[in-house]
Amino acid sequence: MNSSYQHLVVVRHPDGVVWLQLDKAGSSTNTLSRAVLDELANVFAALEQAPPRGLVIASAKPAGFIAGADIDEFTRIGSAEAARELVERGWSLFNWLARLPFPTLALIRGHCMGGGLELSLACRYRIVVDEPGTRLALPEVMLGIVPAWGGMLRLPTLIGPGAALDLMLSGRSVDARKAKKLGLADVCVPVRVMENAANMLVLSGQPRHSPTLIQRLMNGPLKPLVAKKAREQLAAKARREHYPAPWAVIDIWAGFGGNALAVPTDHPASLASIFGSPTARNLIRVFLLQDRLKGFGKDVVFAPRYVHVVGAGVMGGDIAALCALRGLTVTLQDQTVARIAPAIARAAKLFERKHRGDVRAQRFALDRLIPDPDGSGVAHADVIIEAISENLEAKHALFAGLEARARPDALLATNTSSLRIEDVASVLANPERLVGIHFFNPVAQMPLVEVVAGANTDAALQQQAAAFVRSLDKLPLPVRSAPGFLVNAVLGPYMLEALRCVDEGMAPESIDAALVAFGMPMGPIELADTVGLDIAVAAGRALTGDTQSEAPRALLSRFEAGQLGKKTGRGFYRWENGKPVRAQVSAEVTAGLAERIVAPLLAAAQRLVEDGVVADADLADAGIIFGTGYAPFSGGPLHAHACALSAQPGAGRRSPDDTVAIP
Amino acid sequence: MRRVFIVDGARTPFLKSRNRPGPFSASDLATAAGTGLLCRQRFAPDQLDEVILGCASPSPDEVNIGRVVALRMGCGHRVPGWTVMRNCASGMQALDSALVNIRLGRSELVLAGGVDALSRAPVLFSDAMVHFLADWYAAKGIAARLAVLRRFRPGHLAPVLGIMKGLTDPIVGQLMGQTAENLAHFFDIARDDMDRFAVESHLRVVAAQDGGHFAEVLPLIDRDGKVYEFDDGVRRDSSEENLARLKPFFDRKYGRVTPGNSSQISDGAAWLVLASEAALERHGLVPLGEIIDSQWAALDPAQMGLGPIHAMTPIMSRQGLSLADIDRFEINEAFAAQVIACRRAWDDEVYCREHFGLDQPVGMIDTGRLNVDGGAIALGHPVGASGARIVLHLLASLRRDGLRRGLAGICIGGGQGGAMLVETMR
Repeated sequence: MNSSYQHLVVVRHPDGVVWLQLDKAGSSTNTLSRAVLDELANVFAALEQAPPRGLVIASAKPAGFIAGADIDEFTRIGSAEAARELVERGWSLFNWLARLPFPTLALIRGHCMGGGLELSLACRYRIVVDEPGTRLALPEVMLGIVPAWGGMLRLPTLIGPGAALDLMLSGRSVDARKAKKLGLADVCVPVRVMENAANMLVLSGQPRHSPTLIQRLMNGPLKPLVAKKAREQLAAKARREHYPAPWAVIDIWAGFGGNALAVPTDHPASLASIFGSPTARNLIRVFLLQDRLKGFGKDVVFAPRYVHVVGAGVMGGDIAALCALRGLTVTLQDQTVARIAPAIARAAKLFERKHRGDVRAQRFALDRLIPDPDGSGVAHADVIIEAISENLEAKHALFAGLEARARPDALLATNTSSLRIEDVASVLANPERLVGIHFFNPVAQMPLVEVVAGANTDAALQQQAAAFVRSLDKLPLPVRSAPGFLVNAVLGPYMLEALRCVDEGMAPESIDAALVAFGMPMGPIELADTVGLDIAVAAGRALTGDTQSEAPRALLSRFEAGQLGKKTGRGFYRWENGKPVRAQVSAEVTAGLAERIVAPLLAAAQRLVEDGVVADADLADAGIIFGTGYAPFSGGPLHAHACALSAQPGAGRRSPDDTVAIP
Repeated sequence: MRRVFIVDGARTPFLKSRNRPGPFSASDLATAAGTGLLCRQRFAPDQLDEVILGCASPSPDEVNIGRVVALRMGCGHRVPGWTVMRNCASGMQALDSALVNIRLGRSELVLAGGVDALSRAPVLFSDAMVHFLADWYAAKGIAARLAVLRRFRPGHLAPVLGIMKGLTDPIVGQLMGQTAENLAHFFDIARDDMDRFAVESHLRVVAAQDGGHFAEVLPLIDRDGKVYEFDDGVRRDSSEENLARLKPFFDRKYGRVTPGNSSQISDGAAWLVLASEAALERHGLVPLGEIIDSQWAALDPAQMGLGPIHAMTPIMSRQGLSLADIDRFEINEAFAAQVIACRRAWDDEVYCREHFGLDQPVGMIDTGRLNVDGGAIALGHPVGASGARIVLHLLASLRRDGLRRGLAGICIGGGQGGAMLVETMR
């Protein structure tokens, strides 16, 4: 056996078990690049010549097992043939792995994604190591593609189509215990016995995990029924024209035995249509944009342990809870304990949800969240975040008293959404110390955080703030201080246009339906009701500077009547049990309506890029997608606009209105 | 001798047991009070040399509750944490253990205190039930199991209350309240005297609450967002008429000690930060006061309520102090009868000669200097926490009134007493 591999370490132990450790050269994570797959094929060939008693596949990387296919390789795919070749490579290799004439086992510790999970599915046994970092997923649909290296074939036969489709269609990951529960893993063990367990299980001769009778039926005669049900559920979540990949997963599983190569080229689930669709390109773009956001703050050494939050309202309280959830010690200050208490109750709910079934982890997170009505934590904190009411005098009073008590190296931040950073910072002895760290509501769910530099802000501190945001596992977007920064500055004109449509007599239901069809996660009118019409009025005033542009009548009349949306049970909609009650509207979506309402958003985004509020168009798209949920399949408004322009050079497309400056 | 300073202190509100498990476990209480106290210090929790926690009844899953709480407070892996147990004086024992280690130079900065969540005292199976279960698990096969099942009696299910076991002296077999009856008998203390004392305790707590004199209390917030701001056992409507209606609990029918003139069963935690002179300097700490002396004493378990004066008398002799030199006393109010008995015994020539070898009685403690803000009858007595609470509050009351010297004493089930002499900084 050739022992000099570049990406693998192969060791034959005296007991006859071969340990194959993946260790991709020049990388901190294992990805299944062409080179790695080729070496694997060589190993399989060699092992067939001299069969071991068993084969254990593990990772030599501390970071995890296998992160999936090499994303660089498939961003370079230029043709349908290339896509087919890529799929063929993994599909045949893993079929070979499944056929090897000796027992095989994947020892999974840390992330096991996409192609990595498909590799382990081709083994006879799987062991998962019980650690928080162990996550298993087939996230291909999130990139607009399908798990074509055997995932669609083997996952449903192993754990039944119910759970398998759920994992493949959502792309979500499961932890070690859940993997064991699903049957995805044969055993779940602590680190201390993992090697021992791998050796014993691979030599055990025990039969592979078999699905239950009902799971076998669902994978056999009941297949069409299951597929029908799955399509119905999928229809409520993703339109086929926007997101073809999950639809293709169902088709390939139900109609082609999980083999993507068997799908005829003219079929909508074919590799040509999946890889050729703009959705796949755009979702990969979004993935790379996300990586770019994750890179902000990477170069600075800043590992905060202690955060002090002033203001225990919805934002402050939820920011504090998030920090405690991520392992930081947090002091939460407000005027009285009674004002802090509701934030503690919300935090307890969050911890229960995030640490379901782990009472100790919930308790420790609560222990780290310390009510601090006297503001004692200011003196200790690495990061101090102000999240009090949007009142400049109040913020000035706070920061004036706070600066002297804070550690000289503490990062001072404001969560303001409508004031200028330099205005808030003006009371500081060192105004360059203040950074904006702007979270979105609901804090725990929204992935984006704007990291705002005022005119004087020290650039190094903006980097520190980004590093802090990363430590909370959020995506930092560096922006410059300007009204509404990026996200609110583009959402404002968009919602204003939608409200003008209401003034013109259109039904909120029709408007929302048009934008949901366009690909928004929620229509703009429902969004206004959700954030609260009082907030919308205030934000409108802050964005326009004054009453220069008249607020929509429909908004003002409801605001004045105290109908503030979801929180009062009435706004543009009537709200029951946290859901809007909609009147029936015709299924027909008004042509051009969505484009009309999105046009001001696009115009605002272009202006903000020109003004340098956000560094470039890609970052603007990233911010808008992760900050508003703007149709990810489009690749972002600026990208979509540029694509449309290049597709039809010079042609007057229907969307941008006259005010848009086309570069 | 190295000096030992009290830098700061805090406690939870004492929450009266409502005959069901309270909202917080013992470690929840100690963690909440401790994190609140530590976050206002000039040092970080991991700069402590050790954490010592007194606890009379830690739950079975956190027997070394001192270490559990140290970790939960964020002191880190390298700060030792341990638990001390001397029944009702466990909290004072924690302070004394810290004091010894600081005097010896083994520690410079110690967090010490006490906790108990008596509402969560365990409910146990009876011995009969335990034997039944053992037989049941040992029996193999249906016939054997049926045979065991036939021996089951509903009486097996009668629970054993852990708290009643804890409040019974295992040597003399008397409930703590019965030892208080002994003292009432010996010193001829009338029911009226006890009830009057109890009402005074409530009224003093009410006045202190209204006057904002319990600044050492840090409010608690539970998982539902409910705030517990004050000691909730105090009765603003307390009166001798009301108390007179209560029936004797320990010696039923013919006794004098009632739940109304006894301390309440409560949940709570109290902490103090103790520091050496070097630690004061290193961290720039300003002390509230100094622990001058401490003493333990023992006596007949059936007379345990007199424990405080047995521990206080040697301190007075050693320090050359007379009654007039002590500005404030805190004597934990386990029972009204027991505090009254302490006063009478110190004023009794015969008792003082026989027990302390004194030619003269110590004298009668002026009620104006004793438990000026009330005591455990109104506040509650979460056993392990009380010893730390009275030292903490003694210092607070001295500082409030610009006084100097205070003596705290506590009686201990099993026939012991503890005392601690503190002084405010000049």
